[in-house]
Amino acid sequence: MDDLTATLDAVWRIEGPRVVATLARMTGDLSEAEDLAQDAVAEALRVWPESGVPRNAGAWLTTVAKRRAIDGWRRREALDERHRTIAHRLEQEDDLAWEPIEDDLLRLVFTACHPVLAREAQVSLTLRVVAGLSTTEIARLLVTSVPAVQQRIVRAKRTLAEAHVPFEVPDHTEWATRLAAVLTVTYLLFTEGYAPSGGDRWVRRDLAHEALRLGRVLARLLPREPEVHGLVALMELQSSRFAARTDRRGEPVTLADQDRRLWDRGQIARGLTALERVDALGRGRGPYALQASIAACHATAPSFDRTDWERILVLYDALSALVPGPVVRLNRAAALSMTEDGLEPALEEIDRIAADGGLGRSHLVASTRADVLRRLGRTAEARGEFLAAAELAGNELERAWLEQRAAELSPS
Amino acid sequence: MKKYMLIMRTTDEALAASKEVDFEEIINRMGAYNEALMDAGVMAGGDGLTDPSEGFVVDFSAEEPIVTDGPYGETHELFNGFWVLQVASREEAVEWAKRCPLGPGSKLEVRRITDESDFEDYADNEYVQKEAGWREQLGTV
Repeated sequence: MDDLTATLDAVWRIEGPRVVATLARMTGDLSEAEDLAQDAVAEALRVWPESGVPRNAGAWLTTVAKRRAIDGWRRREALDERHRTIAHRLEQEDDLAWEPIEDDLLRLVFTACHPVLAREAQVSLTLRVVAGLSTTEIARLLVTSVPAVQQRIVRAKRTLAEAHVPFEVPDHTEWATRLAAVLTVTYLLFTEGYAPSGGDRWVRRDLAHEALRLGRVLARLLPREPEVHGLVALMELQSSRFAARTDRRGEPVTLADQDRRLWDRGQIARGLTALERVDALGRGRGPYALQASIAACHATAPSFDRTDWERILVLYDALSALVPGPVVRLNRAAALSMTEDGLEPALEEIDRIAADGGLGRSHLVASTRADVLRRLGRTAEARGEFLAAAELAGNELERAWLEQRAAELSPS
Repeated sequence: MKKYMLIMRTTDEALAASKEVDFEEIINRMGAYNEALMDAGVMAGGDGLTDPSEGFVVDFSAEEPIVTDGPYGETHELFNGFWVLQVASREEAVEWAKRCPLGPGSKLEVRRITDESDFEDYADNEYVQKEAGWREQLGTV
């Protein structure tokens, strides 16, 4: 990547979201706004090598895009009255109207995560227009090709245009579900970075960091939404363990064996502060905040054994009540196994979860069951279960790790 | 993501000139910049330093360290504050630095802050290992 492209990527990262948001407000159409912004970026690549990077690069991009917008509507004004009116209005608006306003960014977030878009499209579009990443960067983070990312974005824009999705903040009747979609997209990016389902890297830290950064932006945009702070708390607390999650050879280290001195205390403090913000809003802890509370129990425990497992169990019960599901049940069972005399009841619960079949052929049930069997001293069964889990794991490092656990239990 | 430190340096002249400007105006401009850093989720810390006349200098040129009143040395450039930004690339650090509301006579030096990857070859060193514990104790990252 040459210097100018790198500089332009950095400028886009800082200014892109506001440029697109302003254009979308003026044209009423996110997909058109993104096209115009792309044109302006292409123009920058042509002009900047000669002129140098302008001092206010964001305003430069907006001005170029604005001119293109007016030209475009002018060309189409012969077509009908509507185009004529828009071209006229865009021209009449003074420069002040083209200044970004905070509400635009919020509209941008909600439009990029609009329910007409498939999850994959929401993710790519959010990374592009809200996080301001280049397509090259998105391709790297999502472990796919640049054309694939471009294709997803083009398709997403077409869907938005065809569905005539208005560029606006949802009203109160839709608010909760639309906000939930925004949070899901953010957390999806985080989990894909924290525990990749495929590929050969145990953690894709950069992706998780992007999600966290996105979360911080959301918290600034939506300071009165407890679950936004809950999600930020969860991501801060989870990522505080990054340095401890792999050893020096890159091998995964489980929570029980992690060197807690490596946990990022600054991040833990920020996570706990975000949780305090949730409570200060006085509307209770939602699913993200509850998961963050569980993560906080781990983050503040002096050691694995001296973790407050009883409290974690209560938090899982609360979480199950809000969002029942086999993964929550399984995690609850793992916590149960850590409480006094909890191993047998935990095993029974895991067997019930397996029998209910909600997790299909996930390796998680087998690996959790294997660990409980190991601690019960049922070594041969544990070994078989670790091997079964290894066969089901999608992540290569995880598979190797599970095979290693099985090997340790081999009769010598 | 890497951390960069933006080191703010100014000159006696610029400092004197800034005393002519309404201080609240300076606070407002800096505040808006800091707010933009917060909004973008890149701010990881920062502080300002008091007037160099309050400082002192410890010089190790002689056998015994010599303590003299500040400001530091002959140079007319004064280190008077810093930011720590967590950003995706060097270029992004540069772009944020360029947006800092400073005037003539002021400079920003931008340096990457070391992380564990810079000490990979010394992972066995006693003090490199101890440092992890110190960071925990201090609550720093």
